[in-house]
Amino acid sequence: MEIFNHDSNIHFLGMRKYTIAIAIFLMVASVGLIAFKGLNYGLDFTGGVSMVVDYDQSVEISGVRDALDKGGIHNAMVQSLGGTREVSIRLQPKDDPGAVDAAGKFNLDRIATDVIKVLHVSRPDARLKSRDYVSAQVGQELRSDGTVAAVFVILGIMAYLWVRFERRFAIAAVITEVHDTLVTLGILALVQREFDMTVLASVLAVIGYSINDKVVVFDRIRELFRLARKAEPEEILNRSINNTLSRTIITSLFTGITMGALYFFGGTAVHGFAITMLIGIVVGTLSSIFVASPILLWLGVSKKDLMPVTRDNPELARRP
Amino acid sequence: MSDFPRWKYALVALVMLFGVIYALPNAFPPVPAVQVTANRDAPPIDQSVQQKVTAALTAKNIAVTRVFVEGDHLLATFVNSDVQKSGADAIKAALGDGYTVAFKLQSNVPGWLGAIGARAMPLGLDLQGGVHFLMQVDQKDAIEKQENSYADDIRALLRDKNIRYESVTRNAAGGQGIAVILRSADDRSTASDAIANEYTDLLVSSGASTGDRYVLNVTVKPEKLRELSRSAITQNLGTLRNRINALGVSEPLIQQQGDSRIVVELAGVQDPTEAKKLIGAVATLQYRPGIGQPGDPRAAEAARTGNIPPDANLYYMRGSNLPVLVSKQIIVTGNQLVDASSGIDQQSGTPKVDVTLNAAGAKKMGDFTNANVGKPMAVLYVEQVYETKVIDGKEVRVPKVTETVINDATIQSPFSRQFQTTGLGSPKEASDLALLLKGGALAAPMDIVEEGVIGASLGQDNIDKGFKAVLLGLALVLLAAAIYYKLFGLVADIALFFNLVILVAVMSLIGVTLTMPGVAGIVLTLGMAIDANVLICERVREELRNGSSPHAAIRAGYEKAWSTILDANVTHLIAALALTTMGTGAIKGFGVTLMIGILTSLFTSVTLTHAFTAAIHGHRKLKTLSV
Repeated sequence: MEIFNHDSNIHFLGMRKYTIAIAIFLMVASVGLIAFKGLNYGLDFTGGVSMVVDYDQSVEISGVRDALDKGGIHNAMVQSLGGTREVSIRLQPKDDPGAVDAAGKFNLDRIATDVIKVLHVSRPDARLKSRDYVSAQVGQELRSDGTVAAVFVILGIMAYLWVRFERRFAIAAVITEVHDTLVTLGILALVQREFDMTVLASVLAVIGYSINDKVVVFDRIRELFRLARKAEPEEILNRSINNTLSRTIITSLFTGITMGALYFFGGTAVHGFAITMLIGIVVGTLSSIFVASPILLWLGVSKKDLMPVTRDNPELARRP
Repeated sequence: MSDFPRWKYALVALVMLFGVIYALPNAFPPVPAVQVTANRDAPPIDQSVQQKVTAALTAKNIAVTRVFVEGDHLLATFVNSDVQKSGADAIKAALGDGYTVAFKLQSNVPGWLGAIGARAMPLGLDLQGGVHFLMQVDQKDAIEKQENSYADDIRALLRDKNIRYESVTRNAAGGQGIAVILRSADDRSTASDAIANEYTDLLVSSGASTGDRYVLNVTVKPEKLRELSRSAITQNLGTLRNRINALGVSEPLIQQQGDSRIVVELAGVQDPTEAKKLIGAVATLQYRPGIGQPGDPRAAEAARTGNIPPDANLYYMRGSNLPVLVSKQIIVTGNQLVDASSGIDQQSGTPKVDVTLNAAGAKKMGDFTNANVGKPMAVLYVEQVYETKVIDGKEVRVPKVTETVINDATIQSPFSRQFQTTGLGSPKEASDLALLLKGGALAAPMDIVEEGVIGASLGQDNIDKGFKAVLLGLALVLLAAAIYYKLFGLVADIALFFNLVILVAVMSLIGVTLTMPGVAGIVLTLGMAIDANVLICERVREELRNGSSPHAAIRAGYEKAWSTILDANVTHLIAALALTTMGTGAIKGFGVTLMIGILTSLFTSVTLTHAFTAAIHGHRKLKTLSV
């Protein structure tokens, strides 16, 4: 079975002015969105309020969750504490307009009263035992760790592609990578989806996914350049994209299926992860086709750059 | 003809077997249980207790799977943690005060699997919950320490500036400042200026003077005090993270609550005592000038009469128990340490800890040793343990500080940044100390004020939904691959299945904590693992289209796809590796999952499928390929 015509020859590079323009626009828009609208950071990042609530009679955790949801308090973390009559509730008082006072501090009493009011609707025996604010689960060091990790990824991938391919491939891969990450974050900022640790992990996984995709196309470009007698870069790049098109889309589809299943049937716990990955897959796939190769062409890749490695190697030259 | 060597078949079979065996323990999840132990004055656990427990549970209609006596304790197992909690309540009520009723996760893994080191992956806080601690940080202690160090600095400053003083003492209550007593009003004003100039964090004011005692009150500025309290918490948080990470508990929750408390939640444990040892340990080293040798007349005299010189403390030597006087002045403490590792001292054959100081510590140590060659320096080992005592029928945790001198030796030659400390009792003690020192010292002691079992942070329905979606997603991919690539797709499906098995096996062996994001990570890895098969299948199709014979197409397909697969996976691996360098548990765990997944998928997608393809097509003449 084949969905895609194997000798398709769509002139992707002919559209490069438009595709690059769109890519630049998306990147600038994403930076703008991240800077001005910002990401909707979750409890993991911002901290919030922690409460311990006692009940006279034993209580089901799912019942507490439902009660909070019904009362308009979403994304609260509810856990049983010790036995069956005590629960711990952690929440980020976003949905409560009077929760944050002028100094930016949480108004603990106000939040606690509101939560207990909501709980009383279904269980009048709920009693507040203690409340306090909690810090972000991830410390400041995540920021620096994250920066170090990002630099590590960029340098590592650049170094590898530089050695295995050529300088231009390394640069094109990293630029596209940055594009994919920024646009994914930009979309998250646009729709204001809660950004928690899981989503962060997912964004970082998008980087891995997208580089995978680019390298496959680059690999074909290298192969075709080496094979071709007369190598017109634009023609080679175009052929490479077309040749790998079926694979690019099938792989995205397969990965997309698993993430789609998580998104539609996986419940709230994996929602953020799956949707971020889905966004990343779409962005990554499109940029593999429309962005990476035009950059490569623009950087001036040619047959000559890819050949010397084998010619300079005396070991290979000696072979018949 | 098959071009697939026989040893590779053997390797594939071996790895598949390994995967199945080491993934197997995960099929036997631990069951929530309640453990009953008899207190000292209660009758021991026997059949009658067992009957009582069973009767109590039946009376309350609580479904129990098993009730049995094992050694000195009784175990009752339940289907889920909700029932477990109700069960514990019922048992507690039935047995009364004579017995301790605790939660436990009872392993279900057959003995022979445990014997070969196979174990199940621990489940994370979101899936199963764990233990919960709330710790109170004693910030006053951090402030007192800082005031002591200011007092030392002021003494040194006054000596440097040749200002005569009677005494420099810290006021008894923490945060109340330091009293400097000088001999004349002139001295007082010079000292006041000197201190105010040198230490901008200090406030200096003149106090009441009587006779020839001119008092100068030095207090730490309120903003500096606040900063000290804040940094005490921050440093303790960091230290706890390091310790918990060093001891291999992954994906814990460690966060600040309120102004002076820290919450710690550890997954996969329901018995708090074990975890407590690990997080509550407060051991550090202090390097101080020694006064005389251990057991010398002055020290013996002080030990006998209790007349200890005001600038010294009396301690006892570890091992020999000889009294020794040690100056109150602290040269460096564990806080100034950047690295520590344990080993055996070549010369004496005793355990040692190699220590590396930070720049500030190294400078202090260098200054001190330069000026004091030939004089003794003592190494004080300070450990704080909490003991549970019963006071008025209530369990109260009382801190107990033990301070022993582990080493008091003459400084042979100056040293500063790196040196070693000997005198520890055993290699285990040395490695424990190195671990604690490396994790960083706690800036202030902590007391556990609340501890208990905490339930899963995800609801059972969410967990069920998550796992169902995972299975559905995988089933869909398997189906899609089989439809699209026919026989080759089926082979890829087998590979994908074994990829999951081997991935789970390796994760279990390493002891990666399984969380919901981790599960999503596994699915993602599998979704991407099929990419290698897509690459191979597309290549084989291409070769066939170019007119290759089926066997040649398979060979060329694998060969040509390999370079692409390698490049794609190595770059992906670099990205995954970066995730594992992130300090935060959840992301690190996810990175580890991705990394293992990339490696296992390289094997299953290429070698394993090649073995299957070769076995299927190898010895037959082929006209077409089902791809």
